[in-house]
Amino acid sequence: MTREILLEVDHLKVDFASRAGLVQAISDVSLTVHKGETLGLVGESGSGKSVSAQAVAGLISSPGTITGGDIRWRGQSLLGRKGERYARSVRGKNIAMIFQDPMTSLNPLMTIGNQLGEGMRYHLGYSHAQARKRAEELLGAVGLSAPARRLDQYPHELSGGMRQRVMIAMAISCEPELLIADEPTTALDVTIQAQILELLASLQQQLGLAIILITHDLGVVAGLCARVAVMYAGRIVETGDVDTIFETPGHPYTQGLLRSTPSLEGTDETLLSIEGMPPSLINPPPGCAFLPRCPIGTDHCRKAPPMQDWNGSVVRCWKAGTNAWLPGVMLEPAAGL
Amino acid sequence: MSAIVSSKPRNPTRLAVLRGLLGELWHDKAGFVGFVVILLIVAMALLAPWIAPHDPAAQNVIARLRPPAWLPNGDWNHIFGTDHLGRDVLSRVIWGARSTLLIGASVVLFSGTIGVIVGLCAGYAGGRVDSVLMRIVDIQVSFPGILMILLIVSVLGPSTLTMIIVLSITNWMIYARQVRSIVMSVRQVPYVEAAEVMGCPPRRIIFRHILPNLITPLLTVGILEFTNIVLAEAAVSFLGLGVQPPATSWGLDVASGRDYIFMAWWLITFPGLGIVLTVLSINLFANWVRVTTDPQEREKRFAYSKTARRMMRAASEKAVTQ
Amino acid sequence: MFHSPSTVLPTLQVKGLGVNYLTRSRGFWARPRPISALDNISFDVRPGETLGLVGESGSGKTTAGRAILRRIEAASGQIIFKGTDITNLRGEKLRRLRSGMQLVLQDPYASLNPRMRILDAVAEPLIVHGLVKSPEAARDQVVELLDLVGLPADAATRFPHAFSGGQRQRIGIARALALKPDLVVADEPVSALDVSVRAQVVNLMQRLQEQLKLSYVFIAHDLSIVRHISHRVAILYAGRMVEIADRDSIYDRPRHPYTEALLSAVPVANPALQRKRERIACQGEVPDIANPRPGCRFASRCPLVTELCRGESPPLIEVASGHSVACWHRS
Repeated sequence: MTREILLEVDHLKVDFASRAGLVQAISDVSLTVHKGETLGLVGESGSGKSVSAQAVAGLISSPGTITGGDIRWRGQSLLGRKGERYARSVRGKNIAMIFQDPMTSLNPLMTIGNQLGEGMRYHLGYSHAQARKRAEELLGAVGLSAPARRLDQYPHELSGGMRQRVMIAMAISCEPELLIADEPTTALDVTIQAQILELLASLQQQLGLAIILITHDLGVVAGLCARVAVMYAGRIVETGDVDTIFETPGHPYTQGLLRSTPSLEGTDETLLSIEGMPPSLINPPPGCAFLPRCPIGTDHCRKAPPMQDWNGSVVRCWKAGTNAWLPGVMLEPAAGL
Repeated sequence: MSAIVSSKPRNPTRLAVLRGLLGELWHDKAGFVGFVVILLIVAMALLAPWIAPHDPAAQNVIARLRPPAWLPNGDWNHIFGTDHLGRDVLSRVIWGARSTLLIGASVVLFSGTIGVIVGLCAGYAGGRVDSVLMRIVDIQVSFPGILMILLIVSVLGPSTLTMIIVLSITNWMIYARQVRSIVMSVRQVPYVEAAEVMGCPPRRIIFRHILPNLITPLLTVGILEFTNIVLAEAAVSFLGLGVQPPATSWGLDVASGRDYIFMAWWLITFPGLGIVLTVLSINLFANWVRVTTDPQEREKRFAYSKTARRMMRAASEKAVTQ
Repeated sequence: MFHSPSTVLPTLQVKGLGVNYLTRSRGFWARPRPISALDNISFDVRPGETLGLVGESGSGKTTAGRAILRRIEAASGQIIFKGTDITNLRGEKLRRLRSGMQLVLQDPYASLNPRMRILDAVAEPLIVHGLVKSPEAARDQVVELLDLVGLPADAATRFPHAFSGGQRQRIGIARALALKPDLVVADEPVSALDVSVRAQVVNLMQRLQEQLKLSYVFIAHDLSIVRHISHRVAILYAGRMVEIADRDSIYDRPRHPYTEALLSAVPVANPALQRKRERIACQGEVPDIANPRPGCRFASRCPLVTELCRGESPPLIEVASGHSVACWHRS
């Protein structure tokens, strides 16, 4: 099934200046998002997953800059002098974003109704009454009880889960085609997280929304996403279909990540632990960034591996598909390996 | 095992740290100028007996109200002119820096000590102790300072020592409030809780874990307060309640020069300039200290610096040529 | 009450523990009102055993951990540590007790004093309890402790900022173990860590437990990691214990509807399975414990709710050996 391509990120590179030196936050990120598709962007802290999203949403500002690559919306670049005007019309209307902490993204001095209505009045030219009516509908659509009463409440009167629902209502108020959700449930309790994820899934089906879901939790990806991209140290190391990657992960890092995630099933007592930690992004050594922690790394890996096809996914590893963690690991091998 | 750890310099020596700080100061031009001016003023005060051309108290009736040297009738023997008693203004400015700086520094030290002790007690003990101490602070704050000064001076009689006592008593509250609020927030920090669970006695928690957090904010407040004290000293001396002749201070000189303001402007201008320069340069330097001791602010300052811009431009150009 | 009767003296016994907080008074003349943050909690932890204490925000799990460590005063009930009632210890006796029970905190970045070298931080408990005079004198012991948690000896002379989150958490554990405690309360020790590092720390804690026969109270906000480290699991909801059982009983045969909801809410890293899993409906939000309603606290979100639940709160009843539940419909 080929669908219309909405967003293309092409070999994107983002650098940040810091007192310690130039931080290469993203050194090579390429993504494609089709209409109505959910893409999971997975990585640990510092892997560059949030910076990628910020770049797409146009939120990179000094001391950071995009130093290479391109971001295209429906085939047209959002970067450079020409792209800037186009980007302004796309962002906020066609691309919306929600964040981890809904409290800091809401203005504490404005009622929910006014905050929701503001975007619609600005982008869609609604009148005050129209915006208010639509805001009430939206609050109902994101599953808040008594939406009419919520309009006149302030953010501090709502719980964390309710605030995230308001953020989602705000994000979908201008009927965007792409929603970027940056760790939308990390700050929430598990039972509330399940509610929010369910809401996102149902909105996607109803509105045909494309979603980029950024998370560190593989379980969240498994439930919601069709495709997944795994990031490590500023690069995408593996991308492909969710079922394929969870079934047969090709990159040693993906394999390790999956096996260090606790499961509710199974009887294993010890979790796999990937020793060491991610490399510094200031002057990273050439070659594979995962090499210092990789159990099957060799001298050959000092040469940067390209993205190559393996078993239906694309993997950045010279030895894609080798079961890296099997010897001496007290874990049952993942199915299919 | 860890790339991040090994890529950092192991243990930078004190000298290297100092050099790094000086480099950072050099990049903040305003702060650097402030720092240099402060150094010059302090040096001037310390070396007063050697650099002052005349005895500041020596009167010379023949050379009364001489204008500065570059004006007609001026005399290169008295560069900044002379006052109504024929005393050399330059020498008085140089000697005046002594008492002004002495009073400023000792008041900051004493009032700071009182404030820190009160603030620590209130913040750490909490509850009733806190309420009582903070109400005392409130009362002291709402009591007119000048009334307090008049009261104490009339009992003790005006002198430099009285001045220090008076200003210390009327200026410690800001430290107490600041220290209390920091102590209360630091008590919630996990490492303080860890220390308490470990069984650390309160004395150790206060001195090892809480007090170090106070140093940088106190430094900033202290430096800013210093400027307030310099102004307050000038004001009190101006009223005739502070430093007494034949000793001198900038405030006193401004006070005694005010009667001659229309015929001899230099009498108040030069000591006044001394006050302005000191206060201004201390403020500039204090701003630099504040930013440098706050890691977040420091990174932000770097982001807007020329070095950062150069770094980003180089990165973009490299990307284009690739 | 729990489990087969054993002759081993439990490391920790908590009996009917209750904790109250005082509200800020609303009006100027209004008296502060007590809010029950924790109500009638009981459990035992035996030597070498881990009790998982699981609950969402507002469940009172952190309060329970702090009450055990005597950081918060208990309003009712008893805390018995190695056979001694410590509920009302004060002053020097309380301070000496501290060496037997230690705390590992959630935030690895804030739990170490940034101005103290690792040597000073790990040696501090030894100095405070008069075992050594200075950090230098404790160097050998500190190096041994660092080795125990898998850090090199030269870590001792560095400052915390040179370490990553996972490494700092290891340092926090080394510090907690310096006094050879019998009980460690770990308050979400891995929640702030990355997935791959989480496993490192959990495995380390397990290894140390076996080596040193430690007892853990492991506080967590969901059920995923708890399975790997706990022997028994207690579920808290809005200040009350709703279920306590051996690990396998909780995961295989959960009785309380809230436990079921918690279990089904944990996302599983298996796409096929995750899509198939049926989520037990648990709509609505956690109740406000400042204004409690009578009856079962879970009633507002429970799929099984009846009039009985709204009127009277269910007692904790043992339904199988070592498995107790507080629910009118499931016990």
